[in-house]
Amino acid sequence: MTAIRIEELRKTFGEVRALDGLTLGVEPGAVFGFLGPNGAGKTTTIRILTGLARPTAGRAWVSGVEVTAERDTVAHRIGYLPQEPAFYPWMTAREFLDYVGGVFGLSARESRVRTQELLELTGLTEAAKRRVGGFSGGMRQRLGLAQALVNRPEVLFLDEPVSSLDPVGRKELLELIEHLRGRCTVFMSTHILADVERVCDTVGIINRGQLITQAPQEALIERYVVPAFEIEAENGPAGQVQAWAERLRQVPWVTSVSIQGRTARVVVRDVEQAKRELMASVVQAELALTRYEMVRPSLEDVFLKLINGEGGVR
Amino acid sequence: MIFWIALRKELLEQWRSYRLLIVAVVLLLFGGFLAPLSAKYTPELLKALVPNGDEIVQLMPAPTAAVAVEEYVGNVGQFGVLVALLVAMGAVAGEKDKGTAALMLVKPLPRGVFLAAKFVALGFTFALSVLIAAVACYYYTMLLFEALDLSSWLALNGLLLLFVLVYVALTLFCSTLTRSQVVGGGLAFGSLMVLSALSALPTVGDYLPGQLLSWAGWLMNGGGEPAWPALWTSLGLIVAALIGAWRVFERQEL
Repeated sequence: MTAIRIEELRKTFGEVRALDGLTLGVEPGAVFGFLGPNGAGKTTTIRILTGLARPTAGRAWVSGVEVTAERDTVAHRIGYLPQEPAFYPWMTAREFLDYVGGVFGLSARESRVRTQELLELTGLTEAAKRRVGGFSGGMRQRLGLAQALVNRPEVLFLDEPVSSLDPVGRKELLELIEHLRGRCTVFMSTHILADVERVCDTVGIINRGQLITQAPQEALIERYVVPAFEIEAENGPAGQVQAWAERLRQVPWVTSVSIQGRTARVVVRDVEQAKRELMASVVQAELALTRYEMVRPSLEDVFLKLINGEGGVR
Repeated sequence: MIFWIALRKELLEQWRSYRLLIVAVVLLLFGGFLAPLSAKYTPELLKALVPNGDEIVQLMPAPTAAVAVEEYVGNVGQFGVLVALLVAMGAVAGEKDKGTAALMLVKPLPRGVFLAAKFVALGFTFALSVLIAAVACYYYTMLLFEALDLSSWLALNGLLLLFVLVYVALTLFCSTLTRSQVVGGGLAFGSLMVLSALSALPTVGDYLPGQLLSWAGWLMNGGGEPAWPALWTSLGLIVAALIGAWRVFERQEL
C-alpha cells in the first residue's frame, strides 16, 4: 500500500487550473520532496490531501483512506505543518500541545507525557511555559512541527517548512526532519532545492498543476547527467585560455566550450575520449590548472532543465 | 469528550484575551451601576447644574425603582448587543484569517464542535456578565430605592440574556460566512439594523426579539402581557443561526 496515492487530481479556481490531472504515489517511509516553482500547485495539493480543500475532480488516498470520503479517519493518521503556522498567542507551548493531545483523544496523562517528549525533541523545553505570542519564527516552526507529531502520524505533510526561516532556524528544522526518517512518511513541499537535496530521498517535480517527473533523487540526477567537464585556470598571458578554448572547439568529440570568469565548461560528445584527451590539451596549452572535474549535475540543474523544458517558467 | 476539550480552550481564551473582563465591565458599568445611579441622581444633577433645571425635572418621571429598572433594561439591551457584535465578529473569521482554524481542523476536531464550543463559551461570558450586572443593579436599587421582587428580577435578566444571545448567534453565523472580521461585523450589524427596523412594525414586531425587552420591562413594572411569540422566535433564531453556521462551515475550504 502506498502512503499517498493521487489519481488525476484537478482543482480549479474560476479560470485558473491549480491542479491539472496530477497523478503520483509516495511509498511508505519515504521523505518525499515535492518541488515546484511558486504557483505550481504544491500547497493546493497538500490542502486537498489534508482535507482542507476539495478537489474539482480526481481522487486521493492517504494511508489507504480516501481523503474526500473519510476526512475524520485521515485526520487521525496525518500531521500537518503549514508554511507559517498560526497559534493562539495567549497559550503557552505546553498548553497548546496539551490541547492538541486532547483533540487526538489522548488522556491527560498521555498528553502530558507526549507533550514533554515533543518539547524535548524540538528543543522547546525551556520555553514550554512561555506564551506563543512571544516566540521567534524558528521557535514557532519547531512548535509547528511538534504539534504535527502529537499523534505519531503515519504521514506528515510539511508545506514549505523552512522557507521563512533564517539559516540557523533552517538548519535546526531540517535536522529535525532528517530525524523523522524511517518513523513516518514525510511529504515536504518546497522550492528550496538545497533543502530537498539534503533531506529528501525521493523527489517529485510539479509545474502548472502537473507532475513532470518523480524518482529517487540519485536516479533523477543520473538520468539528467550532463557529459561535461569544468576546468578552472589561473589568469595567464592575455588570451591564453580563449586561444585554448578556440582550438578545443574544433575537436570532433567536443560539443561546446563556454568560458565564465576563470572557468571553462566543456560539453563533450564522447566522455571516454574526453577523459583521455582533455587533460592533455590543458597541458599542451600550458594552463596553470587550479580545478579539473567531471560535472555532476545538481538537483537545481535538473529542476531548471525540467521546468524550462516543460514550459519555460523560469 | 472532544466538546469539553474545545470548550475548555474557548473559555480559557475568553479569560486570557480579556473578552470576559471587557463584557463584564461594560455591562456592570452601564447596567449595574449607571442605571440605578442615573435614575436616582439625574434629577438632582439637573437641578444643580442646568439653568432652569427645576422646570426640566418636573417634566421627568419621579425617580423610582421602576425608572432604574427601565434604564437597566435599555442599557443592558443596547450595550449587550454592541459588545456581542464586537466580541463575536472575529470568533470564526479571525481564526480562518490567521490560520489557526486550518491548523486545528485538519485534526479530528469536528467543525460543529468547533462552533458549538465558541457559542457556549460566548454564552457563558454573557451569562456571567449579566449576572454580575444584575447583582450590582439589584443592590444599588435596593440601597437607593427599594428591594425588587427577586423572581421577577431573575426572569427579567433571563429575557435580557436571551435577547443578547440572539445577536451572539447571528454574529457567529456572519463570522462563519467570511474570512474578514470587519465584514463579519458589518453583516451582523446589518442584521441588527434589519431586526430593529422590523421590530418597529406593528404585529410583526410582536414576533421579534426586541419584544423581549418590552416583556422584561413589564415583568417589573406591570402593564403588559408575556411576549411568548418573541421568545420562541428568539430561540428559533439562535438555533437557525447555529445550524446555518455549521452547514456553511462544513462546506467551506480553509
